[in-house]
Amino acid sequence: MKVLAISPLSICLTVLALWCFIGLAGLLRPRSLKFVGRTLFPLGALCGIALAVIAAVSLAGAPETAILPIGLPDLPVHLRSDALSRFFLFLLGATSSGISIFAAGYFRRGEGTLPGLLCLQYHLFLASMGFVLLADDAYAFMVAWETMALSSYFLVTAQHGIAEIRRAGFLYLLIAHVGAISILLAFGVMQGGSWQFTFDAMRGAQLAPQAATVAFLLALFGFGAKAGLVPLHVWLPEAHPAAPSPVSALMSGVMLKTAVYAMLRVSFDLLGHAQWWWGLVPLGLGLFSAFYGVVFAAVQTDMKRLLAYSSIENLGIIFTGLGLAIVFHGVGMPSLEALALIALLYHTLNHAFIKSLLFLGTGAVLHSTGERNLGRLGGLIHRMPWVAWLTLIGALAMAGLPPLNGFVSEWLLLQAFLFAHEVPRSFVNMLLPMGAALIAMAAALAAYVMVKFFGVIFLGQPREAGLAHAKDAGILQRIGLGWLALGCIALGLLPTYVLRALRIVCTQLSGAALPNANAPWWLLVPLPGRQASYSALVLFLAVATVVLLTMLSVRLLYHRRVRRSAPWDCGFGRLDARMQDSAEGFGQPIRHIFQAFFGVERELPSPFDRKPHYRVVVADLIWRAVYAPLEPLVQSVANAFAWLQQGRIAAYLLYSFVTLVVLLGLVL
Amino acid sequence: MLTQALELVVALTAAPLFLGWINQCRAWLQNRTAPSVWLPYRGIRKLFFKDAVIAQNASALFRLAPYIVFGTMVVAAAIIPSMGTRLPLTTAADAIALVGLLATARVFMALAAMDVGTAFGSLGARREMMVGFLAEPALLMVIFVASMISSTTALPAITEHLATQNLALFPSLAFTAIAFTMVLLAENARIPIDNPATHLELTMIHEATLLEYSARHLALMEWASALKLFNYACIGFAMFVPWGVSTGTDGPASLLASIPLLAVKLAVAGAALAIIETVSAKLRVFRAPEFLAVAFLLAVLGLLVHLLLGA
Repeated sequence: MKVLAISPLSICLTVLALWCFIGLAGLLRPRSLKFVGRTLFPLGALCGIALAVIAAVSLAGAPETAILPIGLPDLPVHLRSDALSRFFLFLLGATSSGISIFAAGYFRRGEGTLPGLLCLQYHLFLASMGFVLLADDAYAFMVAWETMALSSYFLVTAQHGIAEIRRAGFLYLLIAHVGAISILLAFGVMQGGSWQFTFDAMRGAQLAPQAATVAFLLALFGFGAKAGLVPLHVWLPEAHPAAPSPVSALMSGVMLKTAVYAMLRVSFDLLGHAQWWWGLVPLGLGLFSAFYGVVFAAVQTDMKRLLAYSSIENLGIIFTGLGLAIVFHGVGMPSLEALALIALLYHTLNHAFIKSLLFLGTGAVLHSTGERNLGRLGGLIHRMPWVAWLTLIGALAMAGLPPLNGFVSEWLLLQAFLFAHEVPRSFVNMLLPMGAALIAMAAALAAYVMVKFFGVIFLGQPREAGLAHAKDAGILQRIGLGWLALGCIALGLLPTYVLRALRIVCTQLSGAALPNANAPWWLLVPLPGRQASYSALVLFLAVATVVLLTMLSVRLLYHRRVRRSAPWDCGFGRLDARMQDSAEGFGQPIRHIFQAFFGVERELPSPFDRKPHYRVVVADLIWRAVYAPLEPLVQSVANAFAWLQQGRIAAYLLYSFVTLVVLLGLVL
Repeated sequence: MLTQALELVVALTAAPLFLGWINQCRAWLQNRTAPSVWLPYRGIRKLFFKDAVIAQNASALFRLAPYIVFGTMVVAAAIIPSMGTRLPLTTAADAIALVGLLATARVFMALAAMDVGTAFGSLGARREMMVGFLAEPALLMVIFVASMISSTTALPAITEHLATQNLALFPSLAFTAIAFTMVLLAENARIPIDNPATHLELTMIHEATLLEYSARHLALMEWASALKLFNYACIGFAMFVPWGVSTGTDGPASLLASIPLLAVKLAVAGAALAIIETVSAKLRVFRAPEFLAVAFLLAVLGLLVHLLLGA
């Protein structure tokens, strides 16, 4: 086992270490925004690019392992990089470089935490995510996982002066830890009596089917809490708006994906023999989350909350793909399993780029207007054209429209669903294709949400006078947005190259391979002989050609005269900005149609009110149904144990003594 | 290639005529004197010559949208096997991509409607998207059933497969045919959901999104709407009455033969559409989701029937 050699793994480790050093360097001059913003964050972005490049180049290589002699004696840190971790390292490097460049121009003086400290937390967060992807034993994994949770907690509470943000941070920390306990228990089951906590030992452990099932469900609970699966999603819409925008982008774009990584690692690698019916659990939860998330996204009035709910939707779609892959795996349909895996990995990558782009877009808007509330924005396409057009790319991609990237992964997932009826299990083979109906509706609702998001923020007339002074984003921010938008376009137009890489990941992970379809480089053919093909490039060129020809012929055959005047608006003369749809108004049809999902409280003014007041609160029913009853329960349990808290040092020493004696008795 | 070119030309030229024909039929059924069937052409031509008037605060998106909407509709027309199945462009876009293409047009139309920031514009955008989010998955499910029957998502292959089957009734297709008709009515702003002939503020959906457009932009939007109706009709033919379409082995003569056949299909479909529009009353906007939910459920039911019966 080499520790220091020029292997891809050691370069990855160097990059992660560099991130830690960059973070520490922030402490040298913690108050200097110039040093932190203009030097350290761009350096961090460079490290991200290096990580992405090395991960992409070495993707097809054989798995590498390394043992770092750090940590407790006799408990060295095991590391391993294979195609799956390299794929996620690429995702981490490629998206975080865009986010870091944006962050370089984003953080301002006097906003909560000092810049240097923020830099430390930010880069530790990045490095810990990298270590999560490389860890090859449960100890290293849990340490990295907890570092990730803690560093992001501090980032979420950067503006800790605000009570609401402290509350959001606490909720996040709480659910992260409930999840962590479950993950710890899952590892405990997976070691299978050998008491070896390396992943290698877990791969070799012969688990009884019941034990494997318990481990899988525990892992699903723990990682599902991080991924924001309903009903464990409640922290997401609180934490994402509370965090500074680059941090929201990182959390939503990358951190949620570590849960997807870990779930794939557990179900396809560590637990060797997945049973087919396990897949139904993430499938059902994923479908419900996708639907729930998007319906709630449609009624939000805070732009970052809207995006947070949209993340719940997308993680739901990803877990749907995971469930489908496990089902196909369990019943022995390797090519369809590969298709579902590729669809989910593709969607993971897409969502990382798209959601980071959108969150950064909201960050730029937030900074130049100071508003997060959709009801006070509008018309910013004139004031902030760069941000608006780049965000439009993200919004169209999120809406799942060709030729951008969101469409490709949804297309692949639908293709996988199309053959789900071939699963040789009765009833299930009839129910599975119904999932496609839900995915299709979630995708169509996502388009609704994105029209609302983009239209209310950037189009129309400014809803507040102050918006007239909004400034476009600075050059660093534009580069960050542009990088991510470019990623969305490239992933959309050149899907065959992505597919080629994903095939490798898939084969290394589960042995399932897509049969080779012998398609040209511009044509995406997932399964040979199935007669389904898609080429974003040709489709884009076809539409672009028609558009250009139309423009040209209109100019040549007719004229290009344009006159500007006041909006016509059916001849109604006194138009003002408040007559446009508000965010509530735009979401009203959804609120009306899906009433059953929401706990809506409305206060309507009577016709005679001198000062009419309208208030509507859309509450999460799951909060009321699940979390609200938990609170008194926890309180009463805590009260029952309160007598332990004597407040005298002697009592606590006695507890320690008794614990030691009991432990000694157990060991001896 | 020949089929491709012919289909494009026919779609572009015949789409306004199809609209004119529907109006003609409606007038007959309602004991009115109809305007000329060529009226849509005259309207489009007239608009092209006029000066474009654009609101002061309209952005570039507003001016770009008509071209994009028109472009996507033209490309959509090129990938629907209305006359022949030898369409090179269909390798680039299957039926799911077609739905995506139609969704792109809708999103751009909605965004353009919100751009000027009038009350009617955003109202139209909201309602258009509301209709879309229910109609789009319904359409996708309809296509899913046809894809499952012919185990492919490529539209020409679906058409060929269904055309070569014995003349047997697929129960699943019967369900989806009803669902598809409902989607067609809703997506093309026809009567139970929207009324193409009125600009009454409280009820309009599609027209509200076009209110701020004039001249060449409006002409392109109108032409795109006509193309959309034509496209939907042809999607319906490709799945439910696929007979007579020139397939891979047939010579150019069959392509020529498919022209009058398409004309007959369109004439019958137009008349049927006019009858539906005449005998039904427009629904309140609040009832539209129910109508579309029925369409969606019927399509899902069709899928279930297919899975249960295998037909």
